[in-house]
Amino acid sequence: MAAPAPPLLTMSGITKVFPGVRALDGVDLDVRAGEVHCLLGQNGAGKSTLIKVLAGVHQPDGGDILWQGAPTALKSPVAAMRIGVATIYQELDLVSHLSVTENVFLGHEPTTRGWLRRRTARTATADLLRRLGHPEIPPGRIVGTLSAAGQQIVSMARALSHDVKLIVMDEPSAALDPDEVDNLFRIVRDLTAQGVAVIYISHRLEEIRRIGDRVTVLKDGRAVARGLPARTTPTSEIVSLMTGRNVEYVFPDRPPTQPSADHPPVLRVEGLARRGEFAPLDLEVRAGEIVGLAGLVGSGRSEVLETVFGARRPTAGRVWVDGRPLRTGSTRAAVAAGIGLAPEERKSQALLMRESVTNNVSVSSLRRFSRAGWMDHGAERRATREVVRRLSLHPDNPDVPIRTLSGGNQQKAVLARWLLRECRVLLLDEPTRGVDIGARAELYAVIRDLADSGVAVVLVSSDIPEVLGLADRVLVLREGHVVHTAPGRDLTEHDVLDLVVASGAQDRSGKETE
Amino acid sequence: MLSSPPARAVGKTDARKPSGTVATLWERADKRVLALVLVLGILVAVGGYTEPDTFLRVNNLRNILTQSSIVGVVAVGMTLVIIGGGIDLSVGAIVALSSVWATTVATQEYGFWGILVTGLLVAVGCGLINGLLIAYEGLVPFIATLAMLASARGMAVWISDGKTQRVTVENAAVTDLGLPDARVLGIPPLVMIFAGIAILGWLVLNRTSFGRRTVAVGGNPEAARLAGIDVRRQRLYLYVISGLCCGIAAFMLTVFTGSGQNTNGNLYELDAIAAAIIGGTLLSGGRGTIVGSVLGVLVFTTITNIFSLNNLQSDVQQIAKGAIIVAAVVIQNRTSRTAAET
Repeated sequence: MAAPAPPLLTMSGITKVFPGVRALDGVDLDVRAGEVHCLLGQNGAGKSTLIKVLAGVHQPDGGDILWQGAPTALKSPVAAMRIGVATIYQELDLVSHLSVTENVFLGHEPTTRGWLRRRTARTATADLLRRLGHPEIPPGRIVGTLSAAGQQIVSMARALSHDVKLIVMDEPSAALDPDEVDNLFRIVRDLTAQGVAVIYISHRLEEIRRIGDRVTVLKDGRAVARGLPARTTPTSEIVSLMTGRNVEYVFPDRPPTQPSADHPPVLRVEGLARRGEFAPLDLEVRAGEIVGLAGLVGSGRSEVLETVFGARRPTAGRVWVDGRPLRTGSTRAAVAAGIGLAPEERKSQALLMRESVTNNVSVSSLRRFSRAGWMDHGAERRATREVVRRLSLHPDNPDVPIRTLSGGNQQKAVLARWLLRECRVLLLDEPTRGVDIGARAELYAVIRDLADSGVAVVLVSSDIPEVLGLADRVLVLREGHVVHTAPGRDLTEHDVLDLVVASGAQDRSGKETE
Repeated sequence: MLSSPPARAVGKTDARKPSGTVATLWERADKRVLALVLVLGILVAVGGYTEPDTFLRVNNLRNILTQSSIVGVVAVGMTLVIIGGGIDLSVGAIVALSSVWATTVATQEYGFWGILVTGLLVAVGCGLINGLLIAYEGLVPFIATLAMLASARGMAVWISDGKTQRVTVENAAVTDLGLPDARVLGIPPLVMIFAGIAILGWLVLNRTSFGRRTVAVGGNPEAARLAGIDVRRQRLYLYVISGLCCGIAAFMLTVFTGSGQNTNGNLYELDAIAAAIIGGTLLSGGRGTIVGSVLGVLVFTTITNIFSLNNLQSDVQQIAKGAIIVAAVVIQNRTSRTAAET
């Protein structure tokens, strides 16, 4: 083989520490001009943080970056853009009420002495759109009215409107149809033919095989494999590299007997679907059971949970709680029927940050502590104190402001809210997010206790070992479909990753029949 | 039953805070309210110093209280609305419409109760419209209440034909309540009403589940929704309450002035919002006290009184009010920023 071109980008020993977590722990990465370098790794492996360092959003705490051989400090997103690095994020950062042209040239509009040269911008945008294979998108169209695929094209046009040498794409195919993915690959090939390098983040191995040149696998903030050939490295090897963590998990024991099949399920879901998010899904959870939904980005796990809770309206399917049909699309109906949700974003979706622990815990049970609207503060505090003690919340004084509690204890307060309400079904969305590794064991014990006391628990987590260790039964989701169901103890992380990462074409055709 | 918590190593105990009733009272006290009491004290001192013969007379102080009472009632309703995450710009206009409708020739034929009930119904009706548009139709509160401001004020002009509508001799019972020596339990009736509404407002906010829901909806509407609270209905009720307070204030104004005029309630929204803000209510919702708003109203009314006793122009008063509002909000921003950083 001829001597490879010197790397365009070399990142060595990149370290980034956030309070409580070492997101990057000495990552090495090198990217050559004109190559498609794929980045693979589970949630939390450090992919997002790494590309944010490259984009100048985060400053690394250690390590060096060499650009075209010269040491570079990327102090800000503008600095990264100036050297020719463009990033297309998963959550597209477009301004939805502005037009395509305005978005493409946002921040670097062509001007003459301060006056906008609108025709120049419009022509240039039309040109870019044509190159990207979408001449039908009018440059004047408001971005918010475009489809996800269209918006992604706009994002790419914006990247290409600069003099770009390296484009980073974060899960670009997540929202695309198969033919749009083909167009995406055509664009990538065009770019690489011109010498532009592409960092392509995806967990879809079949895509990596098609478009990638080399693969780097991240795990726990480290690059466990660098520059593996994308087409020839065996799947099992890649999956093994992604699997396994440094963290010690401590899971409580599962109860010796599982609830028998003659006990009616507390929660029953039949054919629940949301077009574009997840395919028809059936689920049954009995009292005392923990059912886990495992999967990676785009699998639809959180969407399923939110739909059961009524925060999203399903396009098909029905839900029963304790045998009674539940009115879908209404969180009030869900709460009244006995379902509780611990949302993914604790601070913005669950907690009243200015209030005390008591007020946070009792907010779903106000009727219980009031007569004709009049609050019985004494009963409220007594009941809250009791629940706080049962969950070993620290500090156990419920009058303190909730913002003074640690992440783990705040999460316990959310669980306490539903325990106080004596809910029948508890939906947990990423319950250990933002919780100290050390405090997670306690949360697991609390969740198990809740289940043992008769609550039906549905658990969603991007941490696969967590789901496998805690859940009695696991549903593995991929692209909105359930691809496998098994008892938690019968699955390994490797099995799940294999299903989620490596399953190929058959899932796609399944999706098309919807 | 939940198993007993796993045995944990005993961690270090919190350093014991100084104990004692005074210390705990100081800890628990709302510093903003104390600051306002201090400001009020300073103002009284200034008033007494600049115009010793007039300011500290019982008559004058009673005037201050009576003038505070009318805006004060509106401020109570406004405080609840703001705590719930909204804003009501139409309060002044609702007061005008309510007092005008209540004092038309036709209404006056129904006597004391006709005047009172009509005024309340009109005001509650306006609040209901505001609430429905904002809570169920999804209109931004600023816009919806701005529209109500214009419409209600316009309607008041139209109904009254631009004229002052005097309370007739037959309905002297209404104006009797406003006589200088009128007393209910030793207190002027208007001040009594204000005190009653303020106490009621305090009780609702601090002692009822309604108050809790209000704070939740204003503090984090998404969390409130996911916790099972009917956010829309809560918002509707708050605007109805604001309307009701305007109706009561309109009646008080009719009592005080003996007439209904379409210019009534001019700039009440500014006064009510300003009083709430300097009283510690956050415009973004989720925090506020009735006591703070009451003190806020008293502070503004006292300032107005001192200014007029000292023969200062009313425009200077407005400038002073503006300056105080800015100062209060800046202080509020600074203190809430440090609180958020913990």
